[in-house]
Amino acid sequence: MLVSPTLVIMIGLLIIPLLLTMIISFGRRDPDGGVIYTFTLANYARLMGYSTNCDTGAATCFDPLYIQILWKSVTLAFQTTFFVIMLAYPLSYFIARSRPERRNMFLMMVLVPLWTNFVIRVYAWMMILRTQGVINGFVGWLAGLLGLPFTPIEMLYTPGAVLVGMVYEFLPFMILPIYTSLEKIDNSLYEAAADLGAHPIHTFLRVTLPLSMPGVVAGTILVFIPVMGTFIVSDLLGGQKVILVGNLIQRQFLDARDPTFGSAASLVLMVMTLIVTYFYTKKFGFGEEIVIG
Amino acid sequence: MNPHKRSLYIRVMTVLVYSFLYLPIFVLIIYSFNASKTNIMFEGVITRFGPVQMEGSNVVQSPCGPFHWFCELAKNREVRNAASNTLSIALISTAFSTTIGTLAALALTRYKFKLKSFSELSLYIPIVIPEIVMGIGILIFFSQVFTLINGVFGLQGDDRLGLGLFTVIVSHIAFSVPFVTLVVRARLQGMDQSFEEAAMDLGANELVTFWRVTLPMLLPGVLSGALMAFTLSLDDFVITFFTNGPGSTTLPIYVFGLLRRIITPQVNALSTIWIMVVLFAVISIQWLQNRDKKN
Repeated sequence: MLVSPTLVIMIGLLIIPLLLTMIISFGRRDPDGGVIYTFTLANYARLMGYSTNCDTGAATCFDPLYIQILWKSVTLAFQTTFFVIMLAYPLSYFIARSRPERRNMFLMMVLVPLWTNFVIRVYAWMMILRTQGVINGFVGWLAGLLGLPFTPIEMLYTPGAVLVGMVYEFLPFMILPIYTSLEKIDNSLYEAAADLGAHPIHTFLRVTLPLSMPGVVAGTILVFIPVMGTFIVSDLLGGQKVILVGNLIQRQFLDARDPTFGSAASLVLMVMTLIVTYFYTKKFGFGEEIVIG
Repeated sequence: MNPHKRSLYIRVMTVLVYSFLYLPIFVLIIYSFNASKTNIMFEGVITRFGPVQMEGSNVVQSPCGPFHWFCELAKNREVRNAASNTLSIALISTAFSTTIGTLAALALTRYKFKLKSFSELSLYIPIVIPEIVMGIGILIFFSQVFTLINGVFGLQGDDRLGLGLFTVIVSHIAFSVPFVTLVVRARLQGMDQSFEEAAMDLGANELVTFWRVTLPMLLPGVLSGALMAFTLSLDDFVITFFTNGPGSTTLPIYVFGLLRRIITPQVNALSTIWIMVVLFAVISIQWLQNRDKKN
């Protein structure tokens, strides 16, 4: 059967691994970093703030550390998505309304940064943002010309740096689907709106925006989900200051060596993204542009 | 009404967003000619040719002149290994995922079978779960399976199975297949089936029809699926990070390792080459598309 190789891969490398992650998340860590298979909810309790390692000396206490990490990841994902839409929409609109023979060139100009490797792009922002980097160098040079005093601003290893990095990394994933849906809008609709005396802002709110929603939804899925799980951007641009759930999971598997806790965090991350995606697509519909874009 | 009219706001934003997209690219390229070995500040370009001479941490003379760091990069064996790993992983996984994904797309659009809705649903899973979840799932899976096999067969030392090229390739196939399937399926759904019916009416059997009619018509979809799989594999960091082992370091993994230690402008030279390759690929695709349109 034609579909069987796909099924083997999907079951073998997706469904079974997810089930194994679930089984391990209920297990316990043995002293060598291995897994003892039992059924305990200790890892989930720990994620929700239940701690047995208290400063006060009490046997158990509430430690909000992991809840804060989860909360920070979600808010950062929402912020990133918001800024990405704000930047991607005008550009996509520009491309969709330009002459057909030029559209491909403008789109290709979006692809060059996208295809330049993810890690390399984070590195570029390290060079731009660091204390002796491009921005401080430029501002310092300007200040020197004007004879003003200047102390370099610390930008790298701040939450702002992580946000800028995330927005930059995922911007192209929003441009392509929004463009695809904007490009489909028939020009006669704009003409009709204009003929009937609609103000350009009304035309945008009542015609353009609703018709481009499938693209915005698809783009949001393509941006929000990976931002939730990325650990490179926060690792390289946030230093030790910004710890997201992705960093938490990665450290459990590589440094702290507690795969059971890492598995629990990973499943919580998955459930959170599924819940957000579910409510979002239920409200706005599932974006068909998700693949074509 | 002019359909190409765009407000001032749109035009200004477009210029700003394109500048935002390209600023890091230019910085990467300019710093790859940096004389400073520490690469913290831009200390000018190396101008003199000749045996390497240093002044403090600056290179002032090099046999390759301004291209000093490109020459250093060419001598770097780790980079060469990482580059060849990256390319072989991308080529092999693209070949497999394109074939497997195209077959699945055909099955999903043309036939009815049990498990159909299950298959369709499973294709969306890699899109709606974060990559790290899939990455550690695969890591757990391989380590459990390998521990089991090593235990059962009593494998010792270097004979033991572990993470390496094989695990990376297999996991790359796993995350590319859904994308190939969805792209090819989109093409199949928009395809006129009457050509195939005509071929069958004229006595071609199913295999000949597929080979002489369906596949040629489907080719653009298959190619864009393959291109997608190839770029996904080249760009992948997260899944490779969890599934690579000794001897299977890819370029992104290598660069990430460097960024946490010392950075010389070699990393920039590597980035510049990468950008040039992408630019060349993008221009060729553009050129091919234009040529197709004219024909």
